[in-house]
Amino acid sequence: MHNQPQLFHPQAEAALADQELRANFRGAMDYLRDKRQAAFTDPDEEAAIRDRAEAIRRRCLSKLPALLEQLEANCIANGIRVHWAEDAAQANAIFTDIIQSHGGTLAVKGKSMVSEEIELNHQLTKEGISCLESDMGEYIVQLGDETPSHIIMPAIHKNKRQVADLFAEHVPGFEHTLDVDRLIQTGRNVLRQKFREAQVGISGVNFAVAETGTLCLVENEGNGRMCTTVPEVHIAVTGIEKVVELLADVPPLFSALTRSATGQAITTYFNMISGPRKDDELDGPKEVHLVLLDNGRSQAFVDEEMRQTLQCIRCGACMNHCPVYTRIGGHAYGTVYPGPIGKIISPHLMGLEATRELPTASSLCGACGEVCPVRIPIPHLLQRLRREAKQEPRPGVPALRGQGAAKSKLEAFVWRSFGLLTSKPALYRLLSWCATRCRSLIPAKLGPWTRCRTAPKPAARTLRVLMAERNK
Amino acid sequence: MSTARNAILNRLRQAGAQPLPVNNPDYPLWHPDSPAEPLDKLTELLEQNHAEVLRLNRHELVTTLRAHIEQAALKHIATGTGGEFLAEITRALAGCAEQRPFNQPLEQWKDELFDRVDAGITGCHGAIAATGTLVLWPGPAEPRTLSLVPPSHIAILKASTLYTNLPAMMADQGWAKGIPTNLLLVSGPSKTADIQQTLAYGAHGPKRLLVLILEDA
Amino acid sequence: MSSAIRIYPAKPDKVYVYATCLVDMFSPQSGLDAIRLLELAGVEVIYVPKQTCCGQPAYSSGYEDDAKTSALSQMALFPKPWPVIVLSGSCGGMMHHHYRRLFAGGKNEQEVNQFCDRVFELTEFLVRVCRIRLQDRGPATSVVLHTSCAARREMKVHVTGRQLLSQLDQVELREQAYESECCGFGGTFSVRHPAISEAMVQDKTRHLNDTRAAQLISADWGCLLNINGALEYQKQEMKGIHLASFLLGRLEGDHA
Repeated sequence: MHNQPQLFHPQAEAALADQELRANFRGAMDYLRDKRQAAFTDPDEEAAIRDRAEAIRRRCLSKLPALLEQLEANCIANGIRVHWAEDAAQANAIFTDIIQSHGGTLAVKGKSMVSEEIELNHQLTKEGISCLESDMGEYIVQLGDETPSHIIMPAIHKNKRQVADLFAEHVPGFEHTLDVDRLIQTGRNVLRQKFREAQVGISGVNFAVAETGTLCLVENEGNGRMCTTVPEVHIAVTGIEKVVELLADVPPLFSALTRSATGQAITTYFNMISGPRKDDELDGPKEVHLVLLDNGRSQAFVDEEMRQTLQCIRCGACMNHCPVYTRIGGHAYGTVYPGPIGKIISPHLMGLEATRELPTASSLCGACGEVCPVRIPIPHLLQRLRREAKQEPRPGVPALRGQGAAKSKLEAFVWRSFGLLTSKPALYRLLSWCATRCRSLIPAKLGPWTRCRTAPKPAARTLRVLMAERNK
Repeated sequence: MSTARNAILNRLRQAGAQPLPVNNPDYPLWHPDSPAEPLDKLTELLEQNHAEVLRLNRHELVTTLRAHIEQAALKHIATGTGGEFLAEITRALAGCAEQRPFNQPLEQWKDELFDRVDAGITGCHGAIAATGTLVLWPGPAEPRTLSLVPPSHIAILKASTLYTNLPAMMADQGWAKGIPTNLLLVSGPSKTADIQQTLAYGAHGPKRLLVLILEDA
Repeated sequence: MSSAIRIYPAKPDKVYVYATCLVDMFSPQSGLDAIRLLELAGVEVIYVPKQTCCGQPAYSSGYEDDAKTSALSQMALFPKPWPVIVLSGSCGGMMHHHYRRLFAGGKNEQEVNQFCDRVFELTEFLVRVCRIRLQDRGPATSVVLHTSCAARREMKVHVTGRQLLSQLDQVELREQAYESECCGFGGTFSVRHPAISEAMVQDKTRHLNDTRAAQLISADWGCLLNINGALEYQKQEMKGIHLASFLLGRLEGDHA
């Protein structure tokens, strides 16, 4: 059983208590932050590329239904078959049908968070199809029967010793080593066999270009190319929001993505797929399929403010810079997408009932919004979700799945009283006077606050009193 | 799944989003880097990304290629069945390595390509200086796995096909009007930092990338 | 789109001061010192005794209607077109940015926006409007500065506190590791997620202590309540004071 968002508190506490995990994340986040910083040395250029990336994503979302139809038409014209899925079950059924129609028993998969979202590996296994992760990080995670703890560095929670231990347990003939080159070669050798055996290759999509019917994939390892080139069938799966209007939209988004994610000017490979193998070609898949998945995205889309959530290009910079993610790591969230972006997308994918704690797990420090390459106002959206979790639907505002799930009469009373207190100076004066009079009576233990702090002590006299004396 | 299609599109349409224009005056344009010395920049960045770069003139191609193959002890080399440099490649290989032209569908020699072939040689459609990137344009004469499956990839690039940045190349060549089934940008040998942020080369694709830049071509 | 660059007015004759509820209750001396500092900068300071709280706790907890009640009552206290100087980046962010959002599209949107335009954080106002020049009369010392996330990222005034300190000849500003990282306060976050908040404040206090600076300063009492509480709990010698108190001490030469 993997983690769940409903158990966020105990999962976070367990992660905080694991010193090795904490050290792994701190080290990894420091590395990724430094890399990003080195990739944006000129603040004006950083601002310009973020402006451009935001403008493109906003524009593409503003025409989303039309672009999806255009993408579909151009993919079909290129020989790519297009499928639509409302939810995980439909998407998995599409995969199963395609793979079984080819008598497939082994699929190799490149990195795809959407496939994690629909729990594709698990569902295919139930149908007798093994689906092997081929991204090194994903492969490590799959060997350990875990889920990714970061959207671009899936095995970031493990250090090399832990990876070596895992290989020793699962890879026949592996000689224990802490040499990363040899660890990678071990993975390479295992997976190389699988690339040639697999009947089906599965991938995600970074950008789906409506204008040309092209699927773009960003990677460094080459496993994505293997999955989309060597097996006879390639199935790509993507969220409906990943469509871009023009081929010319791709370079700025690609640059914003790689620089924000890993601080690279460009990744080793950029793979642009515009159709299956042609009659005169000698390699490449004979069939290419594209699965377009909604799974709650249209809920975010119909609300103009929350639509901004869908601008995300999945770079992971928000988690790399998040003080909460840095300390608890990705698994504690119990969602496929962890960290700040996870807190604002997961309520749409899973409902607010299950995810109601997530938007509160932020000090609203704003570090995420400050680095987001498409300028998603993540703190605002967290704030908005906190509100929707607490309140009944309002007229003119589309209700969310699980709207009002965190409603509390006591809390509503507390904040109603707060509003009253702060708007009635006489009442406020009385209360603050009492607090200063009774300052010696403040208990030393004040619930969660004093688990690591002393209790705050009011001053003997308030500023208002002192000012009254000063002005006498 | 046309019901899913219609349901999704209907929900999206009901949002009534107002389409924004392509040239939105609210946002400034992005000007990608345009290096002043594009060939030097390309070389520098490729080398930074662990590729080996040799700059030469076309008449030196055969001898340079042969010297590299001998020095790297490459024995079985996959090539295309066409392309501008095939004659020179064939001459370079003659007597020093076995040439395996990619003249049959992948399925028919998958094992050999995966297990026996030491290197694949391809031309390049062009390159991009700003990011240190080769542009590969695979097709029947130079299939896509030539640059992917063998542990070494040797790429031959004409300096005259170099562009300063990707948007310039895309626009100038009208990519939006037609690109091959699998257009590839390659900026170094395969790599990963997935284990404790430690960079390792040859994750799944080639461990070595040699770029031969023909300065006079 | 990136937020527009703020254009600053010429130095006015009069300003309002918004001390914030935390200063009122927990550190009134910071309020007195800030007012004195503003007076030394050459402006007349109007303190409205009816001020209470900006409403941020309700706002960040998802209770926007209750936050609006607070916000309306506060805005009504400052009717004249004078700048409102807030002694906290966090409350400043609430009043300069979030009030706009709370009342966007409403009938009083324009008035609210005009109010928000008048809101300045203290260090921002001293540096960018008053263009204050400080004469250091204190002995040589070292300080470490904690800037709140709201001052840094909402008000974008993380440089002004440093600029003020840099005018003091005898004060060495020490840099802590992870300077821009949150201290873990976040208002209700610190009690709703106490374990995470604890991990954050423990790291923050360690990084501050590691500088071995003689004095910790911040221009935000929210952060100070958190950091000082943790420092005291750990029985550390370091204790933070408000930047205004520190600056005033240097000008008057009576603080060590």
